Amino acid sequence: MTASAIPPAAILILGGLLLPFLQAQLRAAALLLLPLLTLYLIWQVPDGVALQVPFLGYELALVKGDALSRLFATVFAVMAFAGGLFALNQPRVVELSAALCYAGSAIGVAFAGDLLSLFVFWEFMAIGSTLVVWSAGPSARGAGLRYAAMHLFGGVLLMAGVVGEVAATGSLIFDRMTIDSVPRGLILAGFLVNAGALPLSAWLPDAYPESSWSGMVFLSAFTTKSAVYVLMRGFPGAELLIYVGLFMVFYGIVYAILENDMRRILAYSIVNQVGFMVTGVGIGTEMALNGAASHAFTHIIYKALLIMSAGSVLFMTGKRKCSDLGGLFRTMPVTAICGIVGALSISSFPLTSGFISKSMISEGAADQHLALVWYLLAAGSAGVFLHAGIKFPWFVFFQKDSGLRPSDPPWNMRAAMIFFSVLCIGIGVAPGTLYAMLPFKVNFIPYTAFHVVFQLQLLLFSGLAFFLMLGWLARTLTITLDLDWFYRRLGSVAAGNLDRWAGRAWHRLVQTTERRVQGAIRGVRRYHAPDGVLGRTWPTGSMAFWTTLMLAAYLILSYL
Amino acid sequence: MKDHWLVRESTIRRLWVTFVIVLVVTVLVDLLVQHDGQFWLTGTFGFGAWFGFASCVALILLSKALGAVLRRPDTYYDR
Repeated sequence: MTASAIPPAAILILGGLLLPFLQAQLRAAALLLLPLLTLYLIWQVPDGVALQVPFLGYELALVKGDALSRLFATVFAVMAFAGGLFALNQPRVVELSAALCYAGSAIGVAFAGDLLSLFVFWEFMAIGSTLVVWSAGPSARGAGLRYAAMHLFGGVLLMAGVVGEVAATGSLIFDRMTIDSVPRGLILAGFLVNAGALPLSAWLPDAYPESSWSGMVFLSAFTTKSAVYVLMRGFPGAELLIYVGLFMVFYGIVYAILENDMRRILAYSIVNQVGFMVTGVGIGTEMALNGAASHAFTHIIYKALLIMSAGSVLFMTGKRKCSDLGGLFRTMPVTAICGIVGALSISSFPLTSGFISKSMISEGAADQHLALVWYLLAAGSAGVFLHAGIKFPWFVFFQKDSGLRPSDPPWNMRAAMIFFSVLCIGIGVAPGTLYAMLPFKVNFIPYTAFHVVFQLQLLLFSGLAFFLMLGWLARTLTITLDLDWFYRRLGSVAAGNLDRWAGRAWHRLVQTTERRVQGAIRGVRRYHAPDGVLGRTWPTGSMAFWTTLMLAAYLILSYL
Repeated sequence: MKDHWLVRESTIRRLWVTFVIVLVVTVLVDLLVQHDGQFWLTGTFGFGAWFGFASCVALILLSKALGAVLRRPDTYYDR
């Protein structure tokens, strides 16, 4: 068997399953080395089908490579490595084990050449990620359950779509589709559940912030970005995705502006960023798809960096709410600086990774003369700086002096943050390597005078708006209701009321039935009891009289 | 103990002054830059500046309005 025939996903999945049986030091080594080995294998995957297995008369393409697959698999492996480094001191082995399986499954999705393999890895991801959420302890139980239910529902949509597609076309091949049948609509819906698109986006800010300080780092990367990958593979240029994506952009911003919990701010901001990518997929030109792919790549890195920074604060202080935090830059300089690098990258500041990726999506819109889409993306970019670029570092590290004096986290957590900070700036300064990995040839120069000046004006004046309107943005101990209200509140209230209503209705039914039966018994008794009209014994004479009368009547009638 | 130099009033004032100078410069640089002028507003003077500022104000107002209806105490779901 050649190296190219080893599915890269298998290394992390098997490694994850074996992890609990290893000694602590071996476990640490496995956490760091397995992702690197996987990365090597990813780059050995040639173009085309590299591993095929027969199954129930179908040929499953377990590993099928091309530039897009390798790009996503690469960043997933890099993420698994940095996440593992950050989580080295995480004592809950279940989380680490689940995280490796989760990362491996995401890589499996990236290389799946047919719909059935895709579905299997898709469900593995759901299981792995649910275990990552749950391993945070009892406080995450409810959110984890809601998360699992939502992803199993998404899986059911996908499975139904796959079955329908196979029944209609007889083919399992996963390639570009148009939304022209119910099964394909179901496949798209299944993908969009994982992307965090409306109406099912609330699972993300509900579940991710409940995971542990290290768990959210893994969660932020794989589910939503593998969804972006399958959308790019299956539905590029589907116009619907432009509107879905733009809605996600603004939904994320508005909810993040209102949010007080720093990790929920970052969770909403994932929806916002995935919205940019989904819009790019919807535009569907080579420029826009390159933009969406590169933005997924850079986003995984800077978002993980932001969440590592927030995770470090949570790890050292045990606090998540902006209203409890502030002034931490004094004693957590590394965490603060790395957080700011992540914040600048997510805001697409020139010389950071976000700038060289997101601008390609806007350029895609401009090339297609989609004026409204272009304006909305620009307004969205301003909003990103507002809700994540300044809000997160400002309220956590500056703002007021909370009196907290935690130190920077342990070396491995600092190392992971510094590694990703270097990547954020490195990719921003020298985008050539990333551009060379993209699915299409890049004809785009990010650093033109107009791009840079426009972006600087946009961001700096967004910053001005933030500080001028700071009073309006004061943090309060509140949450903002989302569509999950329907199943978290309406559902439970309805269930409680249903119980009461059903009890009352049953009681009434029993009472009415009893009354009816009693009435019937009384009626029977009235006529048929020993002293009732029909129950009485009659004298023989009266019977003879009536018989005679009837015979007489018969006689008369027969003569007439 | 004296507080960190970064949060002293004099520093904050200096930061504001620097910030305003940077803002003015980024707008003035607009005069030297060839605008792409893809769409009818992108060619206006200081487009990024006013568009960014206006977008943020609009987004903050939008979230305030939404918050007025949908905000609940953060213990809402714990009850």
